Parts: sequence; structure tokens; C-alpha cells
Amino acid sequence: MNKKIMLLSMTLLLVLIISMTIAIMVGSVSVTPIHVWKVILSKIPIVQNSIEQDWSRSQEIIIWQIRVPRVLLAAIVGAGLAIAGAAIQALVRNSIAEPYILGISSGATVGATAVIILGAFSFLGVYALSVSAFIGSLTAMALVFFLARVGGRVSVFRLLLSGMAVSFILSAISNFILMTSKQEGGMKAVMYWMLGSLAGAKWSNLLIPTVIFIVVFALLWLHYRSLNLLLLGEEAAVTLGVNLQQFRIQLILLVSLLTGVLVAVSGSIGFVGLIIPHIVRLIVGSNHKYVIPISALFGAIFLVWADALARIIIAPEEMPIGIITAFCGGPFFIWLLRRNNYSFGEGD
Amino acid sequence: MTLETKQVSFSISDERILHEVSVQIKEKQFVGLIGPNGSGKSTLLKNMYRLLKPESGTVLLNEQDILKQSSKSIAKNLAVVSQETPVVFDFTVHDLVSMGRTPHKKLFELDQERDFQIVKNALDQTGIAHLEKRSFSSLSGGEKKRVMVARALAQQAQMLILDEPTNHLDIQHQLQLMDLIQTLHLTVVAAIHDLNIAAMYCDQIYVLQQGRIVNFGTPEEVLTPTLLQDVFGVYADIQTHPLTGKPYLTYVSEQFTKKALKTT
Repeated sequence: MNKKIMLLSMTLLLVLIISMTIAIMVGSVSVTPIHVWKVILSKIPIVQNSIEQDWSRSQEIIIWQIRVPRVLLAAIVGAGLAIAGAAIQALVRNSIAEPYILGISSGATVGATAVIILGAFSFLGVYALSVSAFIGSLTAMALVFFLARVGGRVSVFRLLLSGMAVSFILSAISNFILMTSKQEGGMKAVMYWMLGSLAGAKWSNLLIPTVIFIVVFALLWLHYRSLNLLLLGEEAAVTLGVNLQQFRIQLILLVSLLTGVLVAVSGSIGFVGLIIPHIVRLIVGSNHKYVIPISALFGAIFLVWADALARIIIAPEEMPIGIITAFCGGPFFIWLLRRNNYSFGEGD
Repeated sequence: MTLETKQVSFSISDERILHEVSVQIKEKQFVGLIGPNGSGKSTLLKNMYRLLKPESGTVLLNEQDILKQSSKSIAKNLAVVSQETPVVFDFTVHDLVSMGRTPHKKLFELDQERDFQIVKNALDQTGIAHLEKRSFSSLSGGEKKRVMVARALAQQAQMLILDEPTNHLDIQHQLQLMDLIQTLHLTVVAAIHDLNIAAMYCDQIYVLQQGRIVNFGTPEEVLTPTLLQDVFGVYADIQTHPLTGKPYLTYVSEQFTKKALKTT
């Protein structure tokens, strides 16, 4: 890896760690950074013995049980959505693409609405929402994928259009459930869910997103050459020995799985998957060898801050994080749009 | 490295583009495909590099059906410079040329010193080393073409397929590029628009007309006034050039041929 990128990654990693520390510190009860790290280190075998306990039980609960998992989840969701966005933009060779174009978020919304309003899957207890949202997103993805396949080949154009069509239908279903419901509270809950929130973060629901993120990240990064060739188009990929059809299918499955898992725990947080890859390409160019890891770092930092803001901006109430990401993302996107030396991949 | 098509036919929405085309490219030969616009040159080449699948007939690379070989092993043997120059997103020239190393790399393998050297040589050979750090989309048409050629060189294949390689290039770079390709001593098949270039560089020429091979042989055998009249619809004066020893064509438009007829 070249030196400049190496330096950038190290800096971003440092920024991420600092951001996470600050995000753990802020909230209704503020804690000092020393305490944050002492509590964290006290949970790690071997080093824990050298940590002297000088914090209260309630501080420990706030830091370890509430804020640490939440900030970790923010980082994972941010990083995951960012790499999913980068991959999907390469897949469809279109820079306005984002992870949700495969109908994933609308599918998840149907699942979530069914749980919140109709009380579906109640036997699953606290996991009902995540499970149902995940089933919804996978169903939507399978439908879109099936519609985009013609004679065993996945056409990118059809993928985009069937993603739109399926999204429309699924949104109609969610809206129908919402409109026929009499519960005021339920509507607000669904609204909250649609705008995304990390309030549900717990250690127990951190494991699956983390594992899936690591696996998908590793696979995408390893395939950086093929991702680059996707951007160059079918002809270049074929002549350079990449089996494009097979790779596209793998890519759709990986991205859907990752996005589905993330949406299930955090709702559909917009803008991250769209905007982060653009910022990263602006800095490091289009080579996915750099775009994938740097996007992950940027996405993580962005969402950690967005979530911290969501918690404090109208405290003691929480702002849905989707409002924050859109507020920061929108103007930035406009600025990007007005810069005439950024190509958005449309050529000259 | 040899390449052969056996009675390859191809249609696009019921319209026959290629009619049982058979061509044979032998080891280290430089073979040209000529023919007017729409005669099927590009389509034939695309069938050769597996972008299109023949409706009937077979394409043999090293005497083996290309449809039975893996994409990766084909890419190690066969490099392509197509007419399309992709302009998507922002790759540097170095990034793009490095992509030529793709078929040689395993999933977990990073670029080695050797790969950097190969890429550097490819950049030097095509005379674009000074553009290395530039963004591809900022280059001129001719520079882009040379980047595509450099990428094919970085692929280090023994067989090269070129679709109108001199398109967009000024005369100096046309000749430089063709000279370069000739000195590589690879097996080459190229669709060539400029018949004088074809005459200068090709060992064998196949002539395509409406998807059929209508003639083939050495430039001297193929490039005759009758053929040019029949296939290209132009009158050409053909001389042997004193320096190259190759046929040299001067096209004479109708207005002059008519005038010449009147005066005689």
C-alpha cells in the first residue's frame, strides 16, 4: 500500500478511536475519558488486574452496558453501510446508487411495521423486530434479484428498475398497514424505525452484525481487482479474465446480507452508503484497494458522530439518526455536485 | 499461440452479422481484418475474445475451444485492445495499466516488485511514463488509446487482438504504435481501417464483406484494384512503395476518374 494512503488510514483510525471515546463520554451523565478507558480495560483479561477501580457501579453500567455497545454498533453500521455503498456503486457503475436500491430497506420496513403495528413474531420477544426486518429485507432482495435475472444473467439495468418497482410495492404495503392501524404510538414507533436509531444497541445484538461485517469487508477487499474491473465495464472485465456474471451474483448476495443485517439492528439509516464512497473517491481515487478500507473508516467515524449528536441535540429525547445523516449529507452532496472537477463516473 | 475460427456465425436480433467465418492465425503472424463499415470486423473479434458467443461454429485458442477454457487462463494468453475506451470514475494511468496484471494474480496476492516492473515497462514502451500519475479521464483520445495498449502489454499475453488500434491517433503515434506491436513478436490479429497501414504491417489479410470472408492472402495478393472496387467501392491506384516494398494505395475519387476518362 502506498505511503500516503497508509498515513491516511492510521490517522483515520486514530480519529475513530478518539471519536468513539468522546461519543462514550457524552450523554445525560457525562464521564471522563480516563474512566471510559479504565472501564474498558478492566473488562479485558490480563490487563484488567492492573486497573484500579475508582468508579461507581452506575458509571460502569452506563459506560459498559449502554454506551460502549452503542458506539461500537454505530461504528459497525457506519462502516458496513459505507462499504456496501461502495460495492453497489461499482456493481451498477452508477454513482447515485446506494445499498438500499435493492429494495432492502423497504423490505425491512414491512417487516418492522408488521411487528410494531400488528405484533407479528411476538414469540421471538425482543428479537422480533430484528428478525422480522431481516426476513423482510432478504425477501425483497430475493425478489429483486429474481426479477433482474434473465436467462441466467443479471442485468444491471433491470436490477435498478426492479429494485425501484419492488420498493414501491413494499412501501405501499407498509403504508397500508400504517394507515389502517388505529394506534398513534405505533405510527411514531414505525416512523422512528424508518429514520433509523441505534438506541437498541446491546452486547447481545452486536455479535452478528460484527461477524457479517468482518466477513463481507474481507471478501470485498480481497476482490478489489474485480471491483475495479466492474467499473471499467463488461468488456474490460471479460478480457482481463473475470467471470463477471458470477462475480455480480456474489456481490449482490454479500451486499444484501450485510445491509440486511445492519438494517435489522438499526433501521434504515440513509445517506451513509451514498455519500461516504464519494468522499473517499475524492480523496484516494477509484481504486478499490483503497476505497474499501478508507470507506469503512470514514463511515464508522461519520456514524459515531451522527449518533452522538442524535443523543444530545434534543436531550433528554433522542433524535432519529437518519435526520442527522441527511442534514449533514445533503448539503455536502450539493457541494460535491457543484464542484466541476469531480466526475461522478459519468465521464467527460 | 494460434487462433482459429471455424465457421463462426453470429446474429443480432435475427440479423446475420457473420456467415460461417473461418480464419486462421498462425504462430507469430500479424493478421489484418479489413472491410467496409458494418462488415462484421468488430463482431468477429468480439467472438474471438469471448465477449460474444458464436451462434454456431467454434473459436479455438491454441487448438482448444475457448468456451471450454476458464476466463482467467484465456486472459493470460490473450490481450485485447478494444475500440471502447472506458471513462468511468477516476483511475490514474498507473492504476489502469496495473489492471493488466489481474489474470496473473491470485485472490490473496498483492502486487510484487515484478508486477511494478512489468507495468513500468509497458508505460515506457508506449511512451506514456510521464502520464503515470494523471487521471485517465483527463487524457486526450490518443493518450487513452496508448494507456489501453499499455494495459494489454502489462497482461503479457502471447496473443494480441486489436480493434482499430490506430483510431484517434495522430500519424506519428499511429506508426509508432504499429512499429511497437510489430517488434513485440506476438501473434496479432487486428481490425484495421487504414489499408496502407494494413499493407505495411500485416503478413496476412482477411477481407470481410457483409459478414463473409471474400478474400485472404498477403497484402500483395489481396489489395488489387478489382477487390477495392468490389468491396470498398473505390478506385485505387496501387504501386509498390520504393522504401517499404509494400503495396501503396492512392484512392482516386469519382470526380477525377471521370475527368481522366474524358481526356482520354
